[in-house]
Amino acid sequence: MMGTLAHSTSSGPPSAGLAPPERMQPKLRISRLNFFYGAYQALHNIELEVAANRITALIGPSGCGKSTFLRVLNRMHETVRGARVSGEVLLDSEDALAMNVNQLRRRVGMVFQKPNPFPKSLFENVAYGLRVNGMRGGSRLHEAVEHSLRRAALWDEVKDSLHKSAYALSGGQQQRLCVARALAVNPEVLLLDEPSSALDPIATAKIEELLFHLKKNCTIVIVTHNMQQAARIADETGFFLLGKLIEFGKTETIFKNPSKKETEDYITGRFG
Amino acid sequence: MSRHHWRGFINALMFGLTAICALAAVFVLFWILGFLVVNGGRSLSLSFFTQLPKPPGELGGGMANAMVGSFEIVLIASAIGVPIGFLGGTYLAEFGNGTFPFLIRYTADLLNGVPSIVMGLFAYAVVVRPMHRFSALAGGIALSVILIPTTIRTTEQFLRAVPQMLREGALALGASRWKSITTVVVPAALRGVATGILLGIGRIAGEAAPLLFTSFSNQFWSRSLAQPTASLPVMIFSYAISPYADWHRQAWAAGLVLLAVMLLLNIGARLVLSPGAPRS
Repeated sequence: MMGTLAHSTSSGPPSAGLAPPERMQPKLRISRLNFFYGAYQALHNIELEVAANRITALIGPSGCGKSTFLRVLNRMHETVRGARVSGEVLLDSEDALAMNVNQLRRRVGMVFQKPNPFPKSLFENVAYGLRVNGMRGGSRLHEAVEHSLRRAALWDEVKDSLHKSAYALSGGQQQRLCVARALAVNPEVLLLDEPSSALDPIATAKIEELLFHLKKNCTIVIVTHNMQQAARIADETGFFLLGKLIEFGKTETIFKNPSKKETEDYITGRFG
Repeated sequence: MSRHHWRGFINALMFGLTAICALAAVFVLFWILGFLVVNGGRSLSLSFFTQLPKPPGELGGGMANAMVGSFEIVLIASAIGVPIGFLGGTYLAEFGNGTFPFLIRYTADLLNGVPSIVMGLFAYAVVVRPMHRFSALAGGIALSVILIPTTIRTTEQFLRAVPQMLREGALALGASRWKSITTVVVPAALRGVATGILLGIGRIAGEAAPLLFTSFSNQFWSRSLAQPTASLPVMIFSYAISPYADWHRQAWAAGLVLLAVMLLLNIGARLVLSPGAPRS
């Protein structure tokens, strides 16, 4: 099953696992990626292809580099001093590491571990990305905000309180607001860094359902500590350990029939 | 006494001590306030706010010129000090890692510790001497030198207190560094920054020492910013050391006015900035 390692299995069954990578253009193609915090190497030679309109989950124990890897994809690592990256990240065959970083982040959105709404109204939170990208107020902005809140399955709960502070929402609602905020600029890829680790099971279920609907129009990469979550929602799963991508393939394969001993040990709870 | 009782006793004792000290601190404020009201209240009348000082020996008169003068001087100081301090503090908070920012921070802290009268000497040397006259401008510059370091440091503190994840949230939406600062970080910290700046302005409004040989004083209206200008703190000083009982009362009254303005400034700032503004 080495064939599943490091290439996409995006086109459906039955022989997808062996499909050549050229068959469907991957949304993101990462090759020879190394990452350093100062002298410490956090990622080693990562090779990975993220299929379009799929949910790709990244699992692994704390400190394995999965969050670091996620942050490279929209270059959030550049906010950290001493962070350095080598290798290649292609977004639709464009060099993501060389393009204008603000442009990249408009196309590759992110939702963080803890809900981080701005201290503004609900409306202004969702409108933020549109405003910084030059959209003026008016009916188009209102439509875009409503559309994003609907996509994030939050509209019905908040439509009468759009001008209240975002801090008045519950944690789960705040996280869906952050999803809506990220969706407002119509990203092609949505990165989620343990988006439900601070939420209760009901709020978590809502987020998962939401992601499931979103993948129609968006490619999703999600880092999660929760293996059941990965098994529930992901089409493909990658297992990280000590800064290396140990195994990558269809979620079912990873969970039911992993080819590496480390993966099996982690999945079955023998360490981690 | 059992160990249990001993603990209870110590607990009660320490509670009492801290409460007494806290009360003492507040008591001093009310003591000052009481003094000002009792001694200055009698001299407060409409004419105190509308008339010029009377020559010694004549009763009555007011400090209208000193109030306007103080306002002018503080305005000049704020016009110079607030933008420089605020932008400097923003630089330190958002881009402030490395040797150069460290030097700025260190220098600002040193400046904060320089006695205010030395700031007056400085403004005397660089403004009064070349202009050959005392002026509101020189006083304003002296006070701005005091205002800048406090504004830098309070701005930096409050901006740094804004959670990193708010900055990341803005950047992740494609905002530039600068956009994220102006639209998310500064608004989130605005209440604290504004309160800090107003406290700084309140502090310089009460300074007499740096004004003694910069704006000096004036018994009349000053016709321009390049003229010697009366201010409340300097009036308090010169009236308090005068031999006239009526001037002493007026000095108290001026103190009362100064304190009232600061209180109003403070309360007003909190009221204006609080509604709806979530805490950062």
